[in-house]
Amino acid sequence: MDRLDELEAQSIFILREAVNRLQPIGMLWSIGKDSNTLLWLARKAFFGRVPFPVILLDTGNEFPEVYAFRDRIIREWGLTYIDAPCPGAEETDPSLPPKARAAARKTLGLKRIIAERGFRGMILGIRRDEQAIRSKERIFSPRDATGGWNFRHQPPEFWDRFNAEPPPGGHVRVHPLLGWTEIDVWRYVEREGMPVVPLYFARDGRRFRSLGEKDITFPVASNAATIAEIILELEASREPERAGRAMDHESEDAFERLRAQGYM
Amino acid sequence: MTSAPLRLVVVGHVDHGKSTLIGRLLHELGALPTGKADELRAVSERRGVAIEWSFALDAFQAERDQAVTIDTTRVWLRLPERDIVVIDAPGHREFLANMVSGAAEAEAALLVVDASEGMQEQTRRHAYLLRLLGLEQIAVVVNKLDLVDFSEPRYRELEGAARHFLAELGLTPRLVLPISARHGDNLALASANMPWYQGPTLMEALRAFEVRPSREDLPLRLPIQDVYRQDDRRVLVGRIESGRLGVGDTLLFSPSNKLARIKSLEAWNAPPPARAVAGQSVGITLDRPLFVERGEIASHQESAPRLSNVLHATLFWLASTPLTAGQRLRLEIATADAAITVESIERVIDTDSLGPGPVDAVQRDQVAEVVLRSRALLALDEHGHLPRTGRFVLRANGETVAGGLASLRDHPDQRHAVGLAPENLTPVDHKVTRASRSERFGHRGGILWLTGLSGAGKSTLAMAVEQHLFRRGYAVYVLDGDNVRSGLNANLGFSPEDRVENIRRVGEVAALFADAGFLCITAFISPYRTDRARARQAGGDAFHEIYIRADLETCERRDPKGLYRRARAGEIAEFTGISAPYEPPESPELVIDTTREPIEACVEQILRHIATSFAITSRM
Repeated sequence: MDRLDELEAQSIFILREAVNRLQPIGMLWSIGKDSNTLLWLARKAFFGRVPFPVILLDTGNEFPEVYAFRDRIIREWGLTYIDAPCPGAEETDPSLPPKARAAARKTLGLKRIIAERGFRGMILGIRRDEQAIRSKERIFSPRDATGGWNFRHQPPEFWDRFNAEPPPGGHVRVHPLLGWTEIDVWRYVEREGMPVVPLYFARDGRRFRSLGEKDITFPVASNAATIAEIILELEASREPERAGRAMDHESEDAFERLRAQGYM
Repeated sequence: MTSAPLRLVVVGHVDHGKSTLIGRLLHELGALPTGKADELRAVSERRGVAIEWSFALDAFQAERDQAVTIDTTRVWLRLPERDIVVIDAPGHREFLANMVSGAAEAEAALLVVDASEGMQEQTRRHAYLLRLLGLEQIAVVVNKLDLVDFSEPRYRELEGAARHFLAELGLTPRLVLPISARHGDNLALASANMPWYQGPTLMEALRAFEVRPSREDLPLRLPIQDVYRQDDRRVLVGRIESGRLGVGDTLLFSPSNKLARIKSLEAWNAPPPARAVAGQSVGITLDRPLFVERGEIASHQESAPRLSNVLHATLFWLASTPLTAGQRLRLEIATADAAITVESIERVIDTDSLGPGPVDAVQRDQVAEVVLRSRALLALDEHGHLPRTGRFVLRANGETVAGGLASLRDHPDQRHAVGLAPENLTPVDHKVTRASRSERFGHRGGILWLTGLSGAGKSTLAMAVEQHLFRRGYAVYVLDGDNVRSGLNANLGFSPEDRVENIRRVGEVAALFADAGFLCITAFISPYRTDRARARQAGGDAFHEIYIRADLETCERRDPKGLYRRARAGEIAEFTGISAPYEPPESPELVIDTTREPIEACVEQILRHIATSFAITSRM
């Protein structure tokens, strides 16, 4: 087994644990490369049929290419789709920096949909290598009733014996891609021939490396117009993946605070 | 793509420079993202400290303020020959949980020792845990040589101490080397400050570590995660933890002890494979409709896991409340989940002093050797032989309270007890033997026939004993006038014939309970020897007669239901002791005198009798 085989097998194992032990469960689908990969892995794990709803935390602010891709994939893959509208920025924590407040809208949308549907489990496509704070995450990560993440008292997790017991009134976040790196995802996309949103490919010397909403995500300079070129570019690059995500860089602890309050 | 990365854990005492070492390694390898080194300089300046490489890892604001790592962090190092996943295990003493979770996945370890402080409590504890976790590839780095003027004698002294300590634990370090993480001495390049050191650099040492040998060549273990319905087929899914399998293989499922052949391997968006190996998540269909659930382990017949409901284990106790004998917990091993009782605590090791501690309780952060008993048979392996099916976690109230490594020494395989000798491929529903029921319940089935005058205390004792036994995990049930007369014997009155029939039926029902593996306690006056003899005949060896003795005077004084008063008043005909005889047992298994002994003492006597007569001894 090569590295991608191992990652795939581990993610499938995690998805099957999650579905067996946490019901009802849903999956956050941002329609970016990571959550698409997660969806692809779910199709493998469950032999073609995704056995849970996929949820877009919809601010109405995604790129049009993202919405178009979403509609196509729902149809072609036969997904059960939930559109979870996000409250306006005025409802978010006013002490956060402005871009982080825009991002915090998703936190509120997520809390709302979890409460509404009574989800006990939520599958997310975050990775440890994306961001230093995410590197601390557990694969099965409990959230209390407020959705908050208590990073100081994370439960021990070892030997793949995940604790699938949500705290009272809370839920468990499941992170099957935690051990993947950005380049792993692209190599897997290439190997599997998976579709991705065309915004990842360079046009006029720029491409999106990480996809967020249109007003807080910016393209990076790049000429990579194919998956193979993206992989080559990443192998040579030392730029952090989320360099184009404004909310990470407003202040030293912006992202940590977002996450402590329940952000993805 | 290269082969699997080496998983390396970095351990050592707090502030000995673990995170600094990793941060500096990232810098040396050119692996810090653009701007990170500048950001670190800026942050360090803002805080008025010298450049702190560990800030590359300690991303949490809270951590920077405390300047200690508060959780395991994973960092990728890309060496030209291989990738290394570095697991940064925290140094603070209360973080054993993170240490175990970090180091449990590792294949090699770096033990960091501060040259000015030398081996400290944490250094020793971590080294000890590495040994318990089975990690043998260890390099010791003596850090901060710059603080001792790159002194060779100081280094030699520490090297000797480290080697000596590790030798006591049965460990031999692959390498001991002097470094200065902050300044990069002996990391990527040989240090000009330590010309007296001629050995390899840390980077060279890392390259020499070996990735664990392949799990594919070990015996097959496929723990079943779930069963999916695909059209009209049942697809068993799971991850192969060791070994390999292929279409046509005969699988033995444990603990149910059923056999079936693999009909197909399933795949989506790919041609169905014919074979699969350790590490793969698979789906299989069988050649016959077998009822197999999550928790079963599939193996080949000739190399099956052990079946046992008793196991010795080394436990890492992580909960703030202590572990004591008799405690009931959930055990999760592979995909199985079972209720267990802590039967005994054999040894407690204080990870601070590394000396033996008292064995009455296991405190947080202690390591203990314990004996656990499960009701259900567990399929498991010796940890040293097959780690993935030989290690488990314990949970209480939904929280993970311990990690454990199973050791099966002294415990014979109980597969014979399951009943089916898997010699041919004819599926047979297994025959449940008395022995397998006993093994499930942890005790033999039996009848405790309480006999004595009305008011002697039969019902009170029966209920109290039942409650105690139930708490201790016994399968136990009381038959008394109330629950028998209301249903089973609802058609019987109080004529002499009906009383005989009443006791006959109770005797037969009690015998059935005993046969089902239960301890059945009966609380009936049952005054006649012939009636009790008949009940003994029905129950056989399992029948124990317990004479609850109290003199008439005492019983009449107690008179809990006012029956004596009514009998004296002539309202009840043929009342035992007043107007009808009571025939005391001639050779009861136990006599309890409730006139002289308080109730608690009486309960205790009965419980002792039961433990001696019906419990299965802990040593098998």
